[in-house]
Amino acid sequence: MDGDQIKAWEALCIEEQPPACAAACPLRADARGMAEKMAAGDFAGAMGLFSRVVPFPAIIAHICEHPCEAVCRRAEAGGAVRLGALERALVEEAYPTIRRTAQRARKPKTIAVVGAGLAGLTAAFDLTMKGHAVTVFEAEPRPLERLRHDAYPSLLPPSAVEADLGALISLGVDIRCRQRVTGGDGLLVLADLIAAHDAVLLAIGPGPAIPFAGTLRLTSAGRIDLDPITLATSRPAVFGSCLHTGDDETYSAIFSVRDGRRAAVSIDRFLQGASLTASRADDNATGTCLYVNTASQVAVPPVEPADPTAGYSHAEAMSEAARCFPCHCLECVKACAYLAHYKTYPKRAVREIYNNDSIIMGNRKSNRMIDSCALCGLCETLCPNDLAMGDVCLDARQSMVERGHMPASHHDFALRDMAFSRSDEVAFVRHQPGHDQSAVLFFPGCQLPASAPHQVEAVYRYLSERLPGGVGFMMDCCGAPAHWSGRKALHREVLDHLHAVWQEQGRPRIVTACSTCLKQIGEFLPDIPVSSLWTELAAIGLPDVAVPRSVVKSLAIHDPCTSRHAHDVQAAVRSIAASMGADVRELTGAEKTTCCGYGGLVSFANPEVGNAFVDQRIAESDDDYLAYCAMCRDNFARRGKRALHLIDLIFPDADDPAARPDPGFSGRRDNRLRLSRRMRRDLWGESMSDPVPSVSLIIADSVRAEIECKLLLVDDIAEVIAEAQRTGCRLKDRISGHFTASGRIGTVTTWVEYEPTEAGFVVHRAYGHRMQVEVKP
Amino acid sequence: MTGTSGDIPDLVCARCDKPLEMRKVEASYLGQTFPVELPCCPSCGFVYVSEELASGRMLKVEQALEDK
Ligand code: SF4
Ligand code: SF4
Ligand code: SF4
Ligand SMILES: [Zn+2]
Repeated sequence: MDGDQIKAWEALCIEEQPPACAAACPLRADARGMAEKMAAGDFAGAMGLFSRVVPFPAIIAHICEHPCEAVCRRAEAGGAVRLGALERALVEEAYPTIRRTAQRARKPKTIAVVGAGLAGLTAAFDLTMKGHAVTVFEAEPRPLERLRHDAYPSLLPPSAVEADLGALISLGVDIRCRQRVTGGDGLLVLADLIAAHDAVLLAIGPGPAIPFAGTLRLTSAGRIDLDPITLATSRPAVFGSCLHTGDDETYSAIFSVRDGRRAAVSIDRFLQGASLTASRADDNATGTCLYVNTASQVAVPPVEPADPTAGYSHAEAMSEAARCFPCHCLECVKACAYLAHYKTYPKRAVREIYNNDSIIMGNRKSNRMIDSCALCGLCETLCPNDLAMGDVCLDARQSMVERGHMPASHHDFALRDMAFSRSDEVAFVRHQPGHDQSAVLFFPGCQLPASAPHQVEAVYRYLSERLPGGVGFMMDCCGAPAHWSGRKALHREVLDHLHAVWQEQGRPRIVTACSTCLKQIGEFLPDIPVSSLWTELAAIGLPDVAVPRSVVKSLAIHDPCTSRHAHDVQAAVRSIAASMGADVRELTGAEKTTCCGYGGLVSFANPEVGNAFVDQRIAESDDDYLAYCAMCRDNFARRGKRALHLIDLIFPDADDPAARPDPGFSGRRDNRLRLSRRMRRDLWGESMSDPVPSVSLIIADSVRAEIECKLLLVDDIAEVIAEAQRTGCRLKDRISGHFTASGRIGTVTTWVEYEPTEAGFVVHRAYGHRMQVEVKP
Repeated sequence: MTGTSGDIPDLVCARCDKPLEMRKVEASYLGQTFPVELPCCPSCGFVYVSEELASGRMLKVEQALEDK
């Protein structure tokens, strides 16, 4: 796989972008994570998230302007989550759970911080946590003097200030008050501080810094000249607080903390000899491209505290926190049974798939995951950035095949089925009897002949009658299984064959009964004119035998995933059904249809996920389903849903077509074979007998279902029994009298336990394995 | 796959009319081979693989080898 392509795919999925609240927080506090934990009652866990990035949780909870709240996406569905009030409730309840220990630096450095405001103390906190020895010099009698008096006297309880300061001091920060640092004369001279420490931070609040003019370069406004990103002054080892740049004099507690942190990052890098600028996260950036489908959310108003002065109680805080969605995209995951099964989302899955592809030695543990995508295109339709996971998985499959890493067991059965459909036993092409050319070639595909063989013949006879210029018939496979399984060479071979046959037949227009064939031919053989049977029938009109109005009740329509974008086909199908009096109801609508479990061969590589697709779909409505892909219909039937195929309405063949069972894989083969022979015999007068089984078998329904699940074929079982009976090579159970025999067919050894009776051989069970066992020579 | 335990089923080779015995046989898949003990006919060498083995440990090994 191509690394650049992988990066491009990864970049399309924005699920890992921060939620709006965290993006707006100057400290990037994880308000989403906090709300999730609080909603679950885990206040200590929430406090852990909060205090990891917020140095003074009590102070900040009370006086932060909460820019997070202003951008909260819940505002679009009932009102922003009251994150400020939640933080206060959190501090109220869980402050004592904060646990902090400073790192032990290998070579601790000494740092002087001038100014015990929020910025200076934040830097002192951060650098102390990094293991450095920090001394803070403050001219006033107490730290945070300005905060206590000017800034928020009513909002900020003294107890909050004392708690946070106490915690800071117990970390080991040395705060010295009534210590005015001066430029020239005085007890404490800046130049001396610089000489005595490894680094100095001037966090002295807004206003001119004229006294330091001799030591540091000042701006024309008399402020310390600072690099706007790194906060470095003109002197090495000396840094300043950003408020001195003078562009923003409005005081903000949270921005002061952010500035202190920014300076601390620079100082720490400086002390380690690292670059001050390299890959520095832009802490100015706000906003996020995380997509959140707020329209799908029910509006819920904010929780009002019973006692507004006391703030939220524990229970109130939990309910308010539960109003956080939480913000995620996951539009595709919500709709896709495959992504949900693997509990992943595309950005992570793409990375995992790439890693799997890059493994030289060792386990490729994502192989099955890659082969479990239905390649259905739903994610691409739902994704705000049109990321198509199917493209990623198909590319990965092709790479697996190319490198010889594709597990044989995933697709063998499906490819063998395809080979059978393409074999001379089944495949053939003819001009219409009595014609030597074809204007149109009817191509029913593999699955409709496998599911509704009689109707295929009826359709063909009808088209032959109604369309001028000769309607040829072609039984063959469009190559979808080769494509889906990543077999590029085999796919090419199928396409070349189709193209050659089409040329030989005089380049007729192809009419397909199957949406997958239509898509395959349209996409890979663009010079072949191709259309759908349904648009064709809508144009020429329906036969008189079509189901009369009264018979049809309400039907929920399911479009195959390969018709997702075939608008003309979708419209034709709906108009045909409506013209027959069916009350057709939409499920998700065609564009958002889901896979029936056949797409991408998922049912073969991962039956559990295959079934999850079907089961999710059939749970959507109690109505009988109307499908126009044979695989969709049969999968619904297999999982117990009443479903009919559009062809059952137009060419009725049974009294209750919605109750038609799934023929199963063995039945599908048999249906194709019989149809192929019958048509060649009845329409073209060729001598063709019906297939005769080598031995006659008696198989109970439960055993037959097991055989289906194990992807074994009744024909193979018959062959094993016939061979064992011929050679006598079999085991006998002395108690039951049953025989057990085995035979290698293709890459699978099939075992059968059977019992000869007068009526035939009763099959008691069958199973298979791929490994070969032999007595050592 | 390293050997297999468990009882020899009550099976006889129908052709040789001999009860099966545990024998060392060679199991192979995707070019890898392992010695394993399985019930065999002592005279014709017919090797029996039970369903339990086929859908249990044998399947696990097959899958592990396919993902190598
Ligand atoms: S809903 Fe939750 S995650 Fe989304 S912005 Fe609001 S607080 Fe943040
Ligand atoms: S199964 Fe469909 S919706 Fe899910 S990831 Fe694959 S292509 Fe996308
Ligand atoms: S829809 Fe899915 S792939 Fe697209 S951004 Fe959202 S989570 Fe990612
Ligand atoms: Zn024997």
